[in-house]
Amino acid sequence: MLQIHNLHANVGDKPILKGLTLSLNAGEIHAIMGPNGAGKSTLGYVLSGRPGYEVTEGSVTFNGQDLLALEPHERAAAGLFLGFQYPVEIPGVSNVQFLREALNAQRKYRGEAPLTGGEFLKVAREQAGALGMDMDMLKRPVNVGFSGGEKKRNEMVQMGIIDPALAILDETDSGLDIDALRTVGDGINRIMRKPDKAVLLITHYQRLLDYVKPDFVHVLDGGRITRTGGAELALELERDGYKELAA
Amino acid sequence: MTDDIEIKDKAAWDAAEKVADYEHGWSSDIETDFAPKGLNEDTVRFISAKKNEPEWMLEWRLKAFAMWKTMEAPDWAKLNVPPIDYQDAYYYAAPKAKPKLNSLDEVDPEILRVYEKLGIPIAEQKLLAGVDGGEDGGLPQRRVAVDAVFDSVSVATTFRAELERAGVIFRSISEAIKEYPDLVRKYLGKIVPMHDNYFATLNCAVFSDGTFVYIPEGVRCPMELSTYFRINAENTGQFERTLIVADKGSYVSYLEGCTAPMRDENQLHAAVVELVALDDAEIKYSTVQNWYPGDAEGKGGIYNFVTKRALCQGRNSKVSWTQVETGSAVTWKYPSCVLNGENSVGEFYSVAVTNNHQQADTGTKMIHNGKGSRSTIVSKGISAGHSNNTYRGLVRVAPNAEGVRNFTQCDSLLLGSLSGAHTVPYIEVRNPSAQIEHEATTSKISDDQMFYAMARGLNAEEAVALIVNGFAKEVLQQLPMEFAVEAQKLLGISLEGSVG
Repeated sequence: MLQIHNLHANVGDKPILKGLTLSLNAGEIHAIMGPNGAGKSTLGYVLSGRPGYEVTEGSVTFNGQDLLALEPHERAAAGLFLGFQYPVEIPGVSNVQFLREALNAQRKYRGEAPLTGGEFLKVAREQAGALGMDMDMLKRPVNVGFSGGEKKRNEMVQMGIIDPALAILDETDSGLDIDALRTVGDGINRIMRKPDKAVLLITHYQRLLDYVKPDFVHVLDGGRITRTGGAELALELERDGYKELAA
Repeated sequence: MTDDIEIKDKAAWDAAEKVADYEHGWSSDIETDFAPKGLNEDTVRFISAKKNEPEWMLEWRLKAFAMWKTMEAPDWAKLNVPPIDYQDAYYYAAPKAKPKLNSLDEVDPEILRVYEKLGIPIAEQKLLAGVDGGEDGGLPQRRVAVDAVFDSVSVATTFRAELERAGVIFRSISEAIKEYPDLVRKYLGKIVPMHDNYFATLNCAVFSDGTFVYIPEGVRCPMELSTYFRINAENTGQFERTLIVADKGSYVSYLEGCTAPMRDENQLHAAVVELVALDDAEIKYSTVQNWYPGDAEGKGGIYNFVTKRALCQGRNSKVSWTQVETGSAVTWKYPSCVLNGENSVGEFYSVAVTNNHQQADTGTKMIHNGKGSRSTIVSKGISAGHSNNTYRGLVRVAPNAEGVRNFTQCDSLLLGSLSGAHTVPYIEVRNPSAQIEHEATTSKISDDQMFYAMARGLNAEEAVALIVNGFAKEVLQQLPMEFAVEAQKLLGISLEGSVG
């Protein structure tokens, strides 16, 4: 599904990714772990096309398409979803309006008919319900006045409604209490644990991986993948730390 | 989201251009009567004669014209307007339609076609059923009675019969001058006096049509009233005049929409709107102004110099102005409320968008003379491109007006780094019991917001439109439903090309 080959990327003049190579197949969940400043969030932004993150070398192919040639909204329509570490507030725009316009923009791009208000609300109600978010919250402006945990939960509701092929989840677990962590973990499994989907989980800690079992764990350090293993690698990292690993 | 409207809009422009753009004047598509070019006493007499006006009206016009010649254009606004050659324009242009119209069928089909392409409901067959008081079967739930003003004259007024059954008078002002002279004379020029300002005085002399509304005591107007203005002819100024009188305990919601075709030269629009609300009466006046703003280089566009004022004369009377201003090369407009009645209420909700080289200097005046009068001002300015957008507002409290309250909120949103936002509030309080609040913010659309929206599938323009609509929401939700949808789309369209 996703092939990243020898990816180099700068933020401003500063090289952050330095030859990252990684492949994800449909049906797989990959976790990327690594110390602060390793380039984990940069990887998420580069893959989703954030302005200011400049690719200097390498290639990324997504379902056979040159991902780097696409605009951010085109990447979204192609099936790529970025779960934000810090979800953004949009005053005056309700979640319902935001998501309906976003989803219909994606559908239009793909040549599909737009969802009517009724059809959309049905999907939104299902997804919100499954994540324990009431509809009143969906009618409130996007992330305005939401707690940290509510924002992350809202990201998962968005993911459920948009139903992407590939989700890159950037520290979706940070700021969550134990119960919320479980809800979010269940959400990821329910929405994304499917034979035709894949997930790239970016995380500092192994605790989310108790709920979302990764097929592969990668260590990102110094802008490239330094080690790859199965789920047990996360436990090892938790026990020994990144320093031990680097040594 | 913008797909329908873009096509609709383009079709409208195409239609307008087709009607307007040809080599040999105005003889083919829509035949037009012009007054001779230029402005002098004869022009004024010509207009008055064309309208078969009574003598008092002509005298009033001539007095205004004499006054206007002694006046100078105001220069205090933050606007850069080249001198206007008042002799190089037509002051009267009328489609050569049949003199009396009993139904829309008699309107020149070419005009109806233009309105139809613009999506104006006068041409909707469903709506036409109402013209002669026909059966209500098949009519939409919410109906809007329309007075369509094409260049200088009103071409159609719908739902007249049904409104008359409710006692509501909804007429072009030319008709009202002849049919209801006493009512018109009682209020015309009383809210905006003849000498009020340069453009208002000019309007008094040369106004050619407009709308008159009277809602009798205790009547809630059974439907929204609407006037649709269109400047079509070349080199033509439009000077319309609107007078709305809401008698005791009555209510009316009135909508105003405007467009003009693209033209390279600037065209002048100088309207006067007067509203009067008696005891316990309420007027809700909404405007979606989409005059041609000029091209991306600032060539062409409408000069929009408009005087709008409401007199809240009665106790507990209320006037609410809501405006969405996206068009015009230059906008100079301050819809105001003179709050004479005890416990009267004035409201002003405004969204003004400027893009490219547009200039807007707009705001309101809340004049508190009545005890316990209250006002709310919510102004949202959005500036993009090279444009300048100024909020200018006055809150004045008279010495004997006890217990006055005002709340003002002015928010500015900047797009790009070349546009300007300015806020100029004047507050004059002469009674110590007044409570006046003023809040102002200026912000930019953040990169984070843009990327968040784009990562969810919106392209840059859709993302801007969404964020801007959120910014303007408090105002947009004041509009009647149909207008709110149109206004939302307009905001997006107006800002096209302002990003990326």
